[in-house]
Amino acid sequence: MTQDKTTNILIVGVGGQGILLSADILALLLVGQGFDVKQAEIHGMSQRGGSVHSMVRYGTAISSPLISRGDVDYLMAYEELEALRWAPFVKPGGTVIVNKKQIAPAPVALGVAAYPEDPLARLRQNFARTTLVEADRLAQEAGNVRAANLVMLGALAAGLPFSKELWRDTIAGRVPPKTLEVNQDAFELGWEVANA
Amino acid sequence: MTKKLMSGNEALARGAFEAGVTVAAGYPGTPSTEILEELVKSEGVYAEWAPNEKVAFEVGIGASIAGARVLVTLKQVGLNVAADPLFTFSYTGVNGGFVFINADDPQLHSSQNEQDNRHYARAAKIPMLEPADSAEAKAMLIKAYGISEEFDTPVMLRTTTRISHSKSIVELGERSEVGNKPYEKRFDKFVMLPGNAFKRHIFVEERLRRLAEFNDAGDLNPIISGSPKLGIIAAGAAYEYAREAFPAASHLKLGMTYPLPAETIRAFAAGVERLFVVEELDPFLEDQIKAMGIEVTGKACLPLIGELNPDIVFKGITGAYDEAKDLARPGLAEELAESDRLQTDFADAPMRPPIMCPGCPHRAVYSVLKRLKVIVNGDIGCYTLGALPPLSGLDTQLCMGTGVSVVHGFGLADPDFRKRAVGVIGDSTFIHSGITGLIDIVYNGGQNTVIILDNRITAMTGRQQNPATGRTLRGTPAPELDFEQLAAAIGVKSVRVVDPYETEEVERAVKEELAKDEASLIIARRPCLLVERFTAPPFAVDPVTCKDCGACSNIGCPAIAKSGAPIKPGGPAKPVIDPAVCVGCALCFKACKFDAISQAKEG
Repeated sequence: MTQDKTTNILIVGVGGQGILLSADILALLLVGQGFDVKQAEIHGMSQRGGSVHSMVRYGTAISSPLISRGDVDYLMAYEELEALRWAPFVKPGGTVIVNKKQIAPAPVALGVAAYPEDPLARLRQNFARTTLVEADRLAQEAGNVRAANLVMLGALAAGLPFSKELWRDTIAGRVPPKTLEVNQDAFELGWEVANA
Repeated sequence: MTKKLMSGNEALARGAFEAGVTVAAGYPGTPSTEILEELVKSEGVYAEWAPNEKVAFEVGIGASIAGARVLVTLKQVGLNVAADPLFTFSYTGVNGGFVFINADDPQLHSSQNEQDNRHYARAAKIPMLEPADSAEAKAMLIKAYGISEEFDTPVMLRTTTRISHSKSIVELGERSEVGNKPYEKRFDKFVMLPGNAFKRHIFVEERLRRLAEFNDAGDLNPIISGSPKLGIIAAGAAYEYAREAFPAASHLKLGMTYPLPAETIRAFAAGVERLFVVEELDPFLEDQIKAMGIEVTGKACLPLIGELNPDIVFKGITGAYDEAKDLARPGLAEELAESDRLQTDFADAPMRPPIMCPGCPHRAVYSVLKRLKVIVNGDIGCYTLGALPPLSGLDTQLCMGTGVSVVHGFGLADPDFRKRAVGVIGDSTFIHSGITGLIDIVYNGGQNTVIILDNRITAMTGRQQNPATGRTLRGTPAPELDFEQLAAAIGVKSVRVVDPYETEEVERAVKEELAKDEASLIIARRPCLLVERFTAPPFAVDPVTCKDCGACSNIGCPAIAKSGAPIKPGGPAKPVIDPAVCVGCALCFKACKFDAISQAKEG
């Protein structure tokens, strides 16, 4: 049985943060590079403020669309509580990229549950490779706060073995033309943060 | 050849196109909805949303008997609705090939139960195929049309949420223009009088025997050879999990799971030391394999409830059979142990349940019903989310239509309930299964009050058109079903239309209709905000005037955080409204008795 290297990427956040778009861009790029790719996500509730995730796996031959708990190489979290929720999926030594952003879920807004204290410190304690990204601020800088998902994607891309040109081409093929410039700029800023 | 990353549902739509399907029908239901939404874009294919699954199925039957290749799509509970035509269509058989896609939902990602619809294939005595990824979904659907026409049978293609919504690589092919089969009047085949049906039952049993032979001889059930120490039989997503967890084991991957390929299973079982069957939900395969006299382990070590994944399969099988550990993916056990530790450490992460959107008209109606303390018999749709705190707005909710019929039952059990229970149901759901319930109320003199939460769309499944919206699945204009006239024709004397945002008017309507000694229908009409955007300047709480009574936060709006809510250390002293989330619907403003909430000036 061959044990070809499979890379597992988990993207998590809250409905409306553009998680599925970033996952689509990532998967498109990987398919273009000739990898076997599987992508798993749950539709339906994403527009109603629920927790949203997308699993992207690539390698020579992928079986399960679901990543095993503890086998994630890269966790990209668009919200701090979601990072904490999904951290147990990350493999020892894995990479965690977190957006500096807290969105209170309904039980917290209703005062029946507490937002966890200092999620970032707890992530850092467990994962040496934790990168914090101020995606909202950087997206604002790029021209639109809604491009925060592309900032995050840029931060992830900086750690993956594909050229920036390839990413830029894939983004150009996927996002609406009128948002392309902002999205490219946002991606660039994310890439720089991760390389800093 | 073009290769594309496609979801299972997209691949199934492509498969129907390539198979030469010309007629398709269904009713929206997660996780099956996207198949027809995708297929309708294909040239040469007619696709429609029917009012419910039974109608969709029967439309498909008609098109098949008339000669076309047909696709019907539905979710697992939808097949309950379509079961009546299915069982007799199994007897008549087809003319043009007929396949229905049944999407099960283990783990109840978006369903009211976790039923295992594989039992339907067995009960209706029809073949069933189960793809494990998108490429297989397309290939199997094309194959299913061949089986349908060769064996004269409807075919069930079963997916689960993970197959329908996961993406993998698919190679696109060309469409075969198969054309319609000639129609011929066949009294013995298509008119199921008892005498004819009895003979067709004989045909069905013989067909099942031939299908089992076909399945044994065919190529739908590959064996992936590995160590003889561990053999695993699985199908669909469960196969992918088993292969992920135990890449070095031997696998029998079933593609056609009814009727089973008995000889293939026997041969595989004979070649391995320990045999397991990995399947989600019921022991459907396990029971049949055991009935063949084969020793196999399944539900003794794997759960009956919920979805499987590679971790559960690993833990279940290694717990029952220690030697399986040597055949698992290297590192899996260690990763899981570390993950278990982290799960305990991070167990304080609160849930993030879905919630009705800010400004949702349903919330406004529920806020009134809550104030009036009435019993609410609910139904299936976005408005089911009103059951969650703080609205806690539902007493009952089971299936499509119960918003109308259950409230009648309440009134029969005790006349007192007629004055303090209402039924609520959405527009699409009312058309699907509520109309007959309303007829029942009027026919039998029920004095119940029913509220249609009419948001002009099938919202929960992702905003599909329905007979009341004025558009079809194809985007063409259609007559809008008129609920007022329909109710009048049924014989409801008291029909009134209210705007959910006018909460005082809603309150008056509910009170007055409940007081009447006759059947009443209230239509609470305002379009879903995801269809027709509503935006007014946001509201804000004046912390000085606010008495912190909780009236605003108790409407359950995602824009409002309660006083003291731990959104930040210490929490706010008074409720706060997030101006970025607020759409300005004014529901909180109307709920506030102390004039502490005001609207920002127009920008």
